[in-house]
Amino acid sequence: MGALLQVKNAGIQFGGLKAVSGFNMELNQGELVGLIGPNGAGKTTSFNLLTGVYVPTEGDILFDGKRLNGLAPYQVTRNGISRTFQNIRLFSELSVLDNVKVAYHSLAKHSILSSIFRLPSHFSEEKVMEEKSLEFLKIFQLDRYKDEKAKNLPYGQQRRLEIARALAASPKLLLLDEPAAGMNPQETHELMELIAFIRKQFDLTILLIEHDMALVMGICERIYVLDHGQLIAAGTPDEIRNHPKVIEAYLGEEVSSDNA
Amino acid sequence: MKKVSKFWLFLILAVLIYGIGQGLIQTGILNAFYSNMLILMIINIILAVSLHLVIGITGQFSIGHAGFLAVGAYVSAIITMKFELPFVLAIIIGGIVAALAGLLVGIPTLRLRGDYLAIATLGFGEIIRIVFLNIEYVGGAAGMMVSNMTTWTSAFVCLVITILVISNFTNSRHGRACIAIRENEIAADAMGINTTFYKVAAFAIGSFFAGIAGGLFSHNFYIIQPTNFGFLKSFDILIFVVLGGLGSMSGSVIAAILLTIISTYLQQYPETRMIIYSIVLVVVMLYRPQGLMGTREITDFFGKKKSVKGGN
Repeated sequence: MGALLQVKNAGIQFGGLKAVSGFNMELNQGELVGLIGPNGAGKTTSFNLLTGVYVPTEGDILFDGKRLNGLAPYQVTRNGISRTFQNIRLFSELSVLDNVKVAYHSLAKHSILSSIFRLPSHFSEEKVMEEKSLEFLKIFQLDRYKDEKAKNLPYGQQRRLEIARALAASPKLLLLDEPAAGMNPQETHELMELIAFIRKQFDLTILLIEHDMALVMGICERIYVLDHGQLIAAGTPDEIRNHPKVIEAYLGEEVSSDNA
Repeated sequence: MKKVSKFWLFLILAVLIYGIGQGLIQTGILNAFYSNMLILMIINIILAVSLHLVIGITGQFSIGHAGFLAVGAYVSAIITMKFELPFVLAIIIGGIVAALAGLLVGIPTLRLRGDYLAIATLGFGEIIRIVFLNIEYVGGAAGMMVSNMTTWTSAFVCLVITILVISNFTNSRHGRACIAIRENEIAADAMGINTTFYKVAAFAIGSFFAGIAGGLFSHNFYIIQPTNFGFLKSFDILIFVVLGGLGSMSGSVIAAILLTIISTYLQQYPETRMIIYSIVLVVVMLYRPQGLMGTREITDFFGKKKSVKGGN
């Protein structure tokens, strides 16, 4: 009952293909949980289910006591779930600062008319947005790039900016889709520290998809494993490491347990 | 402080240009032909800037803009000619009805993307033209007689308002939301932006100003006919925006000015006019495919030194 996110038997079917089915998950406030699985297992699809990109064809998604099924992605975000993408999706022609400001969009209240006529509410709210966004960039050490176009940032910084942007939407639950993809070991290590830091700083619950096992095993408290759209295991990193079904999914069948 | 001074600079510049234009027309240095060209230029700038909001800022490829021009033109003409109400009121109502038409078209069609949206809006533009063609009340194919009421002053005031409103919209959280949609719709959605709302809002605002331009347009000539609003007119407006640079308001203004001048002068050579006009476009697209201004604004060239590059 203390669970922040409850996914009950959720699934989605594209025509005859069941991409994800019978997906159950419970996240408690403040947890850092990993979601792993081989390529094509349905990890990103389940993220898309959680964030409203896809509407589940079965099951329920409850967040903070509210049913999320059928809400549009922007409504899900306003309810407190924010995400990053596997392929970086920054607003590449906008400046780094503006990228973060966009995430503050729904927290400001001034109307279109107030902006067109430049009423006082426009100036005061835009000022707050600017200050808060700058604070965020400082936390992520991106403030020196603030006027640079997002597309001109180095790859690793773009990943950081995407996380900064997702956080600026002030979520309770942050979904990270392969945050370490394409990073070198040094950058991955920095990223692990960053994730641990923001989790504490912003009192976040984090769910992350990752292929880098060192990262997942290193920081996640619990891990869910997907294969062929089915949840095959759930548990602590140690349990998962020795789980026969997981080993089968990753390495194939007929692996004797002493190899694990 | 900086924002405010920019605003006053714009206003001073506007008054200056207005004064020069008004002076030249009053003293008769510019004859009727040229003063008419100036008004046409303003109408084209308003159209270009309004479409810039839809295509350049929000990234929705609409090519039925002449449809909204037609709505504004006919509605305002009906108000002055049939109801004999004042011109100012006619322009405003023309804009509002065009904005409503924008809402009506935008809500269903803006779910479409790219080519599909382009075709749907193109279809809409043609529907509007054919509707007016078949309404006897507004003269059908023969057209509608309209008295000449558009002046340099009224056109210029409309232009200043258009530019102010659209640039204020763009430089706010709302404009940023629209640009975010242009840059990456999925990410914009994931950042809590109601993408449908902003697409429709930008479309309606763009249609509103196209309607305003329509009011000026219909009262600038003595007759309006459905053929004035064919899809070639839509393409003319589209060319202003693309040639100026997608995403640059000053670019679309400059392109509208240049192309109005070119096509006006070329009227003396009707046989070669379209050929030269087309060659100009082909050459610009070959050597400057991003448009005259790219995504930059004219103000960027003045404030460039102040922004510090990262990486120090």
